[in-house]
Amino acid sequence: MTTAHPQAGAHGPPGPAESNYLTDGTGLKSWLFTTDHKRIAILYLFSITFFFFLGGIAALMIRLELLTPIGDLMESDTYNRMFTIHGVIMVWFFLVPSIPTVMGNFLVPLMLGAKDLAFPKLNLASWWVFMIGGLLTFFVILLGGVDTGWTFYTPFSSTYANSAVTLMATAIFIAGFSSIFTGINFIVSIHKLRAPGMTWFKMPLFLWAIYATSLIIVLATPVLSIALLLIAVERVFGIGVFDPALGGDPLLYQHLFWFYSHPAVYIMILPGLGVVSELIACFSRKPIFGYKAVAFASMGIALVGFLVWGHHMFVSGQSVYASQVFAFLSILVAIPSAIKIFNWTATLYKGSIGFETPMLYALGFIGLFLFGGLTGLFLATIAIDVHVHDTYFIIGHFHYIMVGGMVTAYMGAIHFWWPKATGKLYPEWAGKISALTIFLGFNLTFFPHFVVGYLGMPRRYHEYPPEFQIFNVLSTAGSTILAVGYLFPLVYLAWAYKFGKPAPSNPWHATGLEWQTPSPPPKHNFHEIPVVTEKPYAYTAPEEEDKS
Amino acid sequence: MNEFRLFPEDASTMAGEIDAVYFAMIGFSAFFTVLIVAAITFFAIRYRRGSKASRANRVNSSVFVEVTWILLPATALFAIFFWACAVFLDVNRMPEDALPVYVVGKQWMWKFQHPSGAREINDLHVPAGRPVVLTMTSQDVIHSLYFPAFRVKQDVLPARYTRLWFEADVPGEYHLLCAEYCGTSHSRMGGRIIVLEPEEYSRWAELQAADETLAARGLALFNQHGCAGCHGTNANYNAPRLEGLFGREVTLQDGDSIVADMGYIRDSILLPKKNVVAGYKPIMPSFEGQLSEEDIFALIAWIRSTSAETEEVAAP
Amino acid sequence: MSAATPASQRSLAEHFVEVRQQEEARTIGMWVYLGTEILLFGGIFGAWAVYRYQHGEAWREAAHHMDLWLGAINTAVLLLSSLTMALAVHAAHALQKKWTLLFVLATVSLGTLFLGIKAYEYMQEIHHGLAPFAAPIPVRQAFTPATELYMNLYFAATGLHAFHLISAIALLGGFILWILKSGLSADRAATLEILGLFWHLVDVVWIILYPMLYLTR
Repeated sequence: MTTAHPQAGAHGPPGPAESNYLTDGTGLKSWLFTTDHKRIAILYLFSITFFFFLGGIAALMIRLELLTPIGDLMESDTYNRMFTIHGVIMVWFFLVPSIPTVMGNFLVPLMLGAKDLAFPKLNLASWWVFMIGGLLTFFVILLGGVDTGWTFYTPFSSTYANSAVTLMATAIFIAGFSSIFTGINFIVSIHKLRAPGMTWFKMPLFLWAIYATSLIIVLATPVLSIALLLIAVERVFGIGVFDPALGGDPLLYQHLFWFYSHPAVYIMILPGLGVVSELIACFSRKPIFGYKAVAFASMGIALVGFLVWGHHMFVSGQSVYASQVFAFLSILVAIPSAIKIFNWTATLYKGSIGFETPMLYALGFIGLFLFGGLTGLFLATIAIDVHVHDTYFIIGHFHYIMVGGMVTAYMGAIHFWWPKATGKLYPEWAGKISALTIFLGFNLTFFPHFVVGYLGMPRRYHEYPPEFQIFNVLSTAGSTILAVGYLFPLVYLAWAYKFGKPAPSNPWHATGLEWQTPSPPPKHNFHEIPVVTEKPYAYTAPEEEDKS
Repeated sequence: MNEFRLFPEDASTMAGEIDAVYFAMIGFSAFFTVLIVAAITFFAIRYRRGSKASRANRVNSSVFVEVTWILLPATALFAIFFWACAVFLDVNRMPEDALPVYVVGKQWMWKFQHPSGAREINDLHVPAGRPVVLTMTSQDVIHSLYFPAFRVKQDVLPARYTRLWFEADVPGEYHLLCAEYCGTSHSRMGGRIIVLEPEEYSRWAELQAADETLAARGLALFNQHGCAGCHGTNANYNAPRLEGLFGREVTLQDGDSIVADMGYIRDSILLPKKNVVAGYKPIMPSFEGQLSEEDIFALIAWIRSTSAETEEVAAP
Repeated sequence: MSAATPASQRSLAEHFVEVRQQEEARTIGMWVYLGTEILLFGGIFGAWAVYRYQHGEAWREAAHHMDLWLGAINTAVLLLSSLTMALAVHAAHALQKKWTLLFVLATVSLGTLFLGIKAYEYMQEIHHGLAPFAAPIPVRQAFTPATELYMNLYFAATGLHAFHLISAIALLGGFILWILKSGLSADRAATLEILGLFWHLVDVVWIILYPMLYLTR
């Protein structure tokens, strides 16, 4: 295949002054209308960083309000808008796009040994559509926000809410197209653009995770779209499909919503699992233990993840028997998740473990993901959920997965591939400090949620019984540390981009095709399409050779 | 109710059962957390880069190991799970001869009606040692009635009935909360559940005694809204009699049969064309907008009172 | 079902290695997109099934308000349009510009005819007070809530379908202009094939909607 391609014959080492994707083309237009997957990744990086801090400000406002049991910082309506903004922004404009659009866009073609994604223009369109949705959301926030919560439960959202629900639903609907475009692009690229010799089982686990994620994106997102569309139609035209006054069923809305939003949880976490597999293998100098088990676990999570949405509705009035089936299936999700954790742990055994910044994030991830997963099992042991449903226990659980898991993995990914993407090294000491700060701040913020949740503090409470105050004070204290932990990398990474030492092409001595390109890579990634002969993660420990 | 604690009060028969599952899960989780954190820490130290530990004979996969570490934890987990399911069924199995209370949630208050005719808002008095079944509906959006000290909650939906039961066993005052986000004053939509000793409860009930019982008010509404014109003894039109209807099986026009529970009666008043009884014409008008949710509860209480057996029927 | 024209006539984007790979990528991409469309309408099909179960007789009765004949004619019109679409793709691969244009034009016309009939049907329904959102209160009260719910779902479902059909017509219209302006080529035949897949999808959705909304009475 490759030999037939004219590019394959173009030999000769690249000159020293070779241009890379960052320098190839200057000016705003060369960025905003680029079809280079790496540049689009950078566009996404800036966009979602903006949304992350926007959602973060809302989170801090929530935490500050909850310092005292009475509502003294803001009105209850303002508070309700704050947690809605936090949820909407974080879910649809940070967590869902984060690793796929930034790391995925940057890495999928590089890891595949391809020059670009299958549909570069569609990829650019995805960013534009994302920005239209994002800016519309931002506009809605400026208009005064929405007070429905990110879940848009009917009939509150369709009939009772007096805020810009329709506009917000439209914004999320639009952003859904962006997800779908990205998902289609990844699926097709992984199917059709693998370099010669790269069979499915020679792909890095990150690609398996992205593939599983993309499947979920394309299958689940349209169902959210129709649910939101029907709410908008009811609000604008009075065509009520969920209206209880007509015999419509509000639980039907919840089913449609969670049919997307539960798999969406796996859209958020699966890419993180992929990243951690890369990091653990690299910094243990050892192939990942049980490669196939880990790969199939990603697919297993994607599959079973589609069958568990009803576990959000154990006390909603859904049939008791349906609830038990959903609970049973939810327990099953623990199996592929546990496989991953056990295999990562086993990978460390007889490794040659280095503790560079990305590895600190990866190890922190394992702990936090483990804890988030186990508390998820509490919810699936269905009797406990009757008590803790809609309390801070749930908030604690999903923040351990989403923030403790996903954001930690994202930070690990940013630090791991930063030298590749920018061609510069960041100060290692700063990276380590930020990783530790985030880990500590995170636990202080969210561990108290489990205690106060089991005590019975419901979520989305602007005011709360005074005996819960101490836990909220601890959480707010933790959130300020967490905020510092997230701001600090912004500073030193920006500094590193400007003043950092130049990065070699493979600073971590990692395997993977992306490390065979210069840092930063040239516009078309590879001068010659690589041919893959080795299994992934062909790492050896230096000590291994000494001993044997 | 407002003192600092790390673990919630236990004030119902269900609380202990749910806490037991919770402790079992804490044990399960603690075991695996310690195991994995210890393993990671041990490996991280022993196999740190440059250490002298042997790296010979590295293994990269093992089906035996994979199967073992899936099956062992899964077995333990499923054991806890099936136990939890049994508890969950208990939570959802309505006890017989329980004290019925009718609940209407609205933005942002809880309205309680006792069969005695007593009404309360946001506070609810119940006797200790006797099961209570709450039949609940919402006038507007979805709410959720939550008693942390009893470890139970149930969403409250518009246009349908959901039910919740508990048996309080420790007298005292506990939180009564709304757990499903319902708009502006969601966090203030609550009050107290006051559990009284049985004698104290009877005394309270006497003090509260209204002019008429809930069933009597239902009968008054039955006459006042002209229902008797069709459903009464000297009716001009042919409509089914309602005395003794509650809990009976009713055959419908399309041949299906349905148990006349509270949800059925509610639908028959507001959506009369939904379930037409076999042998009757679908001529009943809807009383949508003419009867409040509280009124419908009163009518149901009256129909219930006419049955020889007022036992609970299967969940709606 | 892929390219009938020889690969040598096709242009190749620089990130692909060969034409067949590029062709397959586009086809897989379109099929995945069609999958998302099915799931979009799947929400509506699901809602219909749930309400059919919950409302039983009342829901079935509501279906009697549908105009069986207009629905049937429209089904025939769309089926015919799928045929002309397939013929257009066939002609395009043979690079027969005249026939391609003719068949695409026929397809667009049939699609427009469908929309016209649909619009007439909507007007009839509004006229008879069957459109709850447009009917005055007294007229609305003549219907059971279940009928109102049925009509709401009907308008949501057929409206969404009509929107898709309008998009498909616009895409084909653009294609006609493109061909008129700068001619037919093997690449454009491939594009038409992708557009054709979308057209068939819109057709298939109607094939499900028609029995669901009109025939289950």
